[in-house]
Amino acid sequence: MKYAKAIVVLLLCWLFVPGLAGAQGGGELHFCLRSEPKTFDPMKVEDDASMAIRYLTGGVLARMNRQTQALEPELALSWEVSKEGKQITFKLRSGVSFSDGTPFSAEDVAYTVQQLMDPALHSPTGDAFRSGPGNVETKIISPTQISITFPAPVAGLDRQFDQVAILSAHSAKKEMAVLGPFMVADYKPGATVVLKRNPNYWKTDAQGRKLPYLGSIQLDIQPNRDVEMLRFKRGEIDLINSLDSEYFDKLAATSPQLVHDAGASLDSEQMWFNQVAKAPLAQYKKNWFRSAAFRRAISEAINRNDLSRVVFLGHAQPAVGPVSPANKFWFNARLKAETYSPDAAVKALQSEGFRLEKGVLKDRDGNEVVFSIITNAGNKYRERMATMIQEDLGKIGMHVNVVTLDFPSLIERMTQTFDYEAILLGLTNVGLDPNEQMNVWLSSSENHQWNPQEKTPETAWEAEIDRLMRAQASSGDARKRKEAFDRVQEIVFEQTPFIYLVNRNALSAVAASVEGANPVILAPQTYWNVERLTVKR
Amino acid sequence: MSLWRGVAIAVLLLVVGVSVAAPWLAPAGYARQYREAASASPSRAHWLGTDEIGRDRFARVLYGTRISLLLAPAAALLSTLLAALVGGLAGYLGGAWARAAMAVTDLFLALPWLFLLITVRAMMPLNVSPMISVLVTFLLLGLLGWTSAARVLCAAAGSLRNSDYVRQARASGIPPARLFWVHVLPNLKPVLYAQFWISIPAFILSEANLGILGLGVAEPMPSWGSLLKELEGLVSLGEEPWKFVPLVLLVVVVTSFQLVLSRQEDEVTA
Repeated sequence: MKYAKAIVVLLLCWLFVPGLAGAQGGGELHFCLRSEPKTFDPMKVEDDASMAIRYLTGGVLARMNRQTQALEPELALSWEVSKEGKQITFKLRSGVSFSDGTPFSAEDVAYTVQQLMDPALHSPTGDAFRSGPGNVETKIISPTQISITFPAPVAGLDRQFDQVAILSAHSAKKEMAVLGPFMVADYKPGATVVLKRNPNYWKTDAQGRKLPYLGSIQLDIQPNRDVEMLRFKRGEIDLINSLDSEYFDKLAATSPQLVHDAGASLDSEQMWFNQVAKAPLAQYKKNWFRSAAFRRAISEAINRNDLSRVVFLGHAQPAVGPVSPANKFWFNARLKAETYSPDAAVKALQSEGFRLEKGVLKDRDGNEVVFSIITNAGNKYRERMATMIQEDLGKIGMHVNVVTLDFPSLIERMTQTFDYEAILLGLTNVGLDPNEQMNVWLSSSENHQWNPQEKTPETAWEAEIDRLMRAQASSGDARKRKEAFDRVQEIVFEQTPFIYLVNRNALSAVAASVEGANPVILAPQTYWNVERLTVKR
Repeated sequence: MSLWRGVAIAVLLLVVGVSVAAPWLAPAGYARQYREAASASPSRAHWLGTDEIGRDRFARVLYGTRISLLLAPAAALLSTLLAALVGGLAGYLGGAWARAAMAVTDLFLALPWLFLLITVRAMMPLNVSPMISVLVTFLLLGLLGWTSAARVLCAAAGSLRNSDYVRQARASGIPPARLFWVHVLPNLKPVLYAQFWISIPAFILSEANLGILGLGVAEPMPSWGSLLKELEGLVSLGEEPWKFVPLVLLVVVVTSFQLVLSRQEDEVTA
């Protein structure tokens, strides 16, 4: 009788203490991957779907808090970066095991770093650490302490470990033995990936309860966004990351409590002019495109507020430069988005020798200002932006032809033949550190889109950007790095090699059944705190 | 004339008439962006509402209809002439000529025309005006769309080649060129006529397909294809029925053409 009473009390507690039922009883989170994951090996991850699985299953030494953007300890209790930024020493958590029970130690970190830097494997995650020629040295000081030395300074070294899921050096299960909150339990190609709670996950909440609360996650492979949206509406899935602005408004009209606009994301939409010397363009056009005044005038003549309001239904912000205001630390707050001013644009052009004749803008040699903007066919937002820019520039006497091309043709013109005048595309930024943009800003880089692979910088300002980017990359001092990158942003604003248009907002949807969700701008927007989510059907 | 055929002709005449009157019915034009009224519902100012960037949908439907209805017949004419030349001559000459021509035709038929159009479109110069892009799109359709008609015409010309009157004309010493132009080709007219009419809706739909892929007529010029792009995604017939007007128009026009054509086919069969 005594035991029976105790059981009843326990059952009542289980039912009525908030969160406990979810925590102990599990619950399954259900959402869609938009493509097939190409790999479960965290070292080979390149695509978004594999990244999602790595985030949910991989244990890392340090994790960037997606809300505060601060780096927080995970498997490492603490770390120390050497002054020159070449060496990092981690003090590791003890008593942690992989999902298969294999104990975690400094040996696993050393093994992971070897895999990461193995030239034969060529891990995309390792690219951020390849700062110079030479080998990486790992020194196991004790089972819970390890020092890693890179051949050259790695900018933001500690932050780069956010992407490095630790592998087991000894487990027979190889990469399927994980340290993250979930582990892959089932995979049906083209259909689903099922993740189960990692029974050996080390983390607990403030009350000492084991995390994660969820028992499992079902990821359905669903490339069609319309179907994803319909399934969300029917309650078949719980989350949608990066919602389309049209879908966001449609959903907001019926269920405003389910949608979240977290504000400007890191993604930007931009256009640029071809400045390649060998491009098959008329010399007078090359002269226009190489003129900073011409580029700035075009930037001034584009109504970014209209682009944000009309094309993205208000779910975008006029862009300032290469860094979104969402990037709290690296954004140069002294810069403001270009003000829309067609009159100022015309005046600036007139001072460069252009003149308006019966509403048609002509250069000093009498050539009409006519050029084309290419964008990728099928992207309705870019097509609309290009058409609006066409009208905006028409107001200052320019004649713009909008051309939509299939993506491979566009890339071929952009990178091989250089047979284009202007391109409108977007950039998806996943990282916060300026080093992730190194391949765009260095004049020798292939991705220096307006004039790739320059043998030596062709302009003084490009030389200055090269110098500043290298300086910030080789410095371990965050303040100096910030100063250098602030100046890069100012030069980019003055010279306008890219005309930044808008930063799209981070839009997402979370079902009412999900508790603990707090969508943010950084990926993965809705489930960045997956350990603490619960689902109550 | 059957009742349905009469209705179909009336519908086609009405659609053509209204589209010709576009500058008077929609004086603001198809390109003007009313950005303060983007995605607006139908009103007195905008009878069919506005599109996503605020352009008057009624004006765009009228001008798009003009383009599709003007240039699809032009492309059909071009393809029918090519088909007559290749198919008619092959059928008339027969033997190795016919086999060679039909091999080329089969090769063209086997080509993935959509990808071919995309490739050719990608190779075009970029700085062409929207009007030129319209002409080039339909020119491409015309140049690539002759193959099916060529096979039909080859078969028809082949049967004429062995007819009594052609044999008699040949026996009378009429030169082959004159025989083809004066005696064979005029007798292929019903087939040519039918092929021409059949091609028109096919080219309208082809342009619509290209337009949906964003590879047809360049902005800001409208066409039925670019107007149908509005229907991609979750558009509800109950909530925004006006968005379906271009689709309804396309279906009505293509069906009307089919009804008119059925008579032509009957004549050819007879």
